[in-house]
Amino acid sequence: MISTAWTNRSLRELESEAIYIFREVVAEFQRPVLLYSVGKDSAVMIRLAQKAFYPAPIPFPFLHVDTGYKFQEMIEFRDRFTGELGVKLISHRNEAAVASGAHPDRIGTQRCCGLLKTRALLDAIAHGKFDAAFGGARRDEEKSRAKERVYSFRDSLGQWEPRSQRPELWNVYNSKIEQSDSIRVFPLSNWTELDVWQYIHAEDIPIVPLYFAQPRSVVVVGNSIMLAEARPELPTHVEMVRMRSLGCVPCTGAIRSSADTLPKIIDELRGFRRSERENRAIDHDTEGSMEIKKREGYF
Amino acid sequence: MIVSQRLDLNELPQSIDLNQSQSIVRLLTCGSVDDGKSSLIGRLLHDTKNVYDDQMDAIQNGTLNRSSRKIDLSLITDGLKAEREQGITIDVAYRYFSTPNRKYIIADTPGHEQYTRNMATGASTADVAIFLIDARHGVLKQSRRHAYICSLLGIRYAVVAINKMDLVGFEQSVFERHELEFNGVLAHLGFTEPYFVPVSALDGDNVVTRSERMPWFSGPSIIEYVEHLELVTNTHSAPFRFAVQLVNRPNIDFRGYSGRIASGSVQVGENIVVLPGYRKSRVAKIVTYDGDRDIAFDGEPVTLTLENELDIARGDLFVQVDKQPSVGTRVIANVVWMQDVPLKIGRTWLVKHTTRILKANVLRIVQRIDVNTYEPLQANELGLNEIGQVEFELSQAIYFDSYVENRSTGAFIVIDPDTNATAGAGMLVELVAEQFAETTSADRVKRFGHGVHLIDLGLRHRLAHRLERRLFNMGGLPIVIQYDANSEVIEALQSIGAIVIFVGSTNVPNLPENDEDALEQLVTKFFDNEKVMPGDYEV
Repeated sequence: MISTAWTNRSLRELESEAIYIFREVVAEFQRPVLLYSVGKDSAVMIRLAQKAFYPAPIPFPFLHVDTGYKFQEMIEFRDRFTGELGVKLISHRNEAAVASGAHPDRIGTQRCCGLLKTRALLDAIAHGKFDAAFGGARRDEEKSRAKERVYSFRDSLGQWEPRSQRPELWNVYNSKIEQSDSIRVFPLSNWTELDVWQYIHAEDIPIVPLYFAQPRSVVVVGNSIMLAEARPELPTHVEMVRMRSLGCVPCTGAIRSSADTLPKIIDELRGFRRSERENRAIDHDTEGSMEIKKREGYF
Repeated sequence: MIVSQRLDLNELPQSIDLNQSQSIVRLLTCGSVDDGKSSLIGRLLHDTKNVYDDQMDAIQNGTLNRSSRKIDLSLITDGLKAEREQGITIDVAYRYFSTPNRKYIIADTPGHEQYTRNMATGASTADVAIFLIDARHGVLKQSRRHAYICSLLGIRYAVVAINKMDLVGFEQSVFERHELEFNGVLAHLGFTEPYFVPVSALDGDNVVTRSERMPWFSGPSIIEYVEHLELVTNTHSAPFRFAVQLVNRPNIDFRGYSGRIASGSVQVGENIVVLPGYRKSRVAKIVTYDGDRDIAFDGEPVTLTLENELDIARGDLFVQVDKQPSVGTRVIANVVWMQDVPLKIGRTWLVKHTTRILKANVLRIVQRIDVNTYEPLQANELGLNEIGQVEFELSQAIYFDSYVENRSTGAFIVIDPDTNATAGAGMLVELVAEQFAETTSADRVKRFGHGVHLIDLGLRHRLAHRLERRLFNMGGLPIVIQYDANSEVIEALQSIGAIVIFVGSTNVPNLPENDEDALEQLVTKFFDNEKVMPGDYEV
């Protein structure tokens, strides 16, 4: 059994740090929630939460912000996985924006994300009166995320102000907030993409099959390849591909790969020369686009 | 210890299910933009192959490029928009890279004095400090400041990169001169054998790969050195400490206490003491998701069950029977102040220590330290980015371990109760035993239950004596004296915290005629005032 025998000390340290954070937040906040994106980072967070509260069950609900453009396999996985865990799943969608036909090709990726993700997230947090929301963001993902605290304070509008963040020392987290404010909590702050994959492997954590390479029907869009459903109007062909990062269908590219097992994914990752979010169109609209989105309340 | 193995980046990383004993190494880079800090970090990431091609492309295509010289690796570390525009680091950023053997986290903090708090933040979790010294300028006051902050925050390992060797002709004598001088600075600050290395961060000499341009230097590069550094943390050797984070009670058959072992280790069957109250117990089980354990060590998150039933809550501390922390309400701590509103004598703050939040009243500033010269200064307050020793009176007893002996239980943060801001960082220095503490006016208030008062009751002698008796019976310190007493006597009575009741003057006090009513009014006034009463807070 790998899951009990593994002794990689770096991973153990990261695991311990995250478990500590989960427990602190649950002890000090009234209504925590876990932002469940169905991706690999969420999968790791959930395992860490299980460990933090064992033998008790995970003591908070999961919130999935469903843009309506998520891969079908993600939704199927989500329902099966949360069902097995027995946790409460809240799925929230910005119905008004969906009804008005928000789509990146029509209104641009920035506006589309703003409505379907940021707005929907802020509404769902306000509606559930959640005062702490766990997110799977990592500092190694993107340059503005490198500046994030573990406890990231948001005002009543959910906005992030990077210039006036609270200093965060040792593992002594300041949990004091006003009633109208909330925090985002990032237990995976110090994890890298490689750490996440190694942990998934060591712990045998279930993930969405889209991460594994298999022959799939794809289309070519500019420099990237996407699953056929992203651009149904384009000519398709079949290739061995997988997803390195999961987002919305129209904005997430696939990579050519033969990695159909976790060890192969890890080996492939070590040889990668391109970053994880390169295939996510939303990060590259303008210089500093993640920072702008975060200031507006994106997680 | 100088190691000579060269780093082979083409070596395959060890597979994850093999025994691997290397832990994460947390580095802090100390220097400013001018010292080449960003270039150094850029080199560390780039030369260990931790920068992706698309990130390099983005740097090449970036709208702002500081130097025209090939590719500017310092841009790898740029973060916020304002920072890119101004070409400076404002905030702490964390960078990640790994070699086949180790995972590294770099805290990238600004070096200027107005960012002392950010450096302290980065230093709080760092194992190794990398000091950058510009070979042309040598040891400047900023280097001394950085060294002081790192030492104060408990960093014990230091690498000193004498940078920009290319601009001094790779001259050995320049390197040796700076080494001698800075070694003297570090020796006083408790660093373990600092390692000096001549570097050109811009070109990468001796950062990851060894330089061909300084044949007189045969030591390892910065990363080769850190790669083989055996880090010893004091939380491993310190006595067992475990602060309860939460009580885990999924059903009536299970009651466990979840937390992270702050220091030392614990075994099943071991006797422990639970604070507060010095309650004795024994560890029944060490529970984890991955199965029960026989023993667990510092840093591990576990859930402990005990053999007897005790009323235990978050904030309680489990400790080793034969090595218990001292317990008291008055401490002296080193404090780094982090907000604009200063730390002042007499104000009450919140302190978060382990998993407890206490109220803390500032009794005195023992001294402020000039971070550039290390000179102790007199002070009545600590402003933003200032460092000093402060004496606090806490609302409840604190479980005291000094920061020097225990980097985990010796640390606390100060929270401003008005704004919720993290106002300061504290490192416990000593517990002030009652018998050695100066007796302050706050102590007297606490003892007598009232502050200093002067009242003239004129010719109402009977009221004066009844008041004296009443206050005295309540534990106060009243005294009736003639209104024309010597002023030195009056001052002395005030300084011991008395309520001085004058009689004999022709003054007619503004009080009810009836003695009973006058008495009630006075007692209420003296005992129900809004004076701070240490030790009597509600949390």
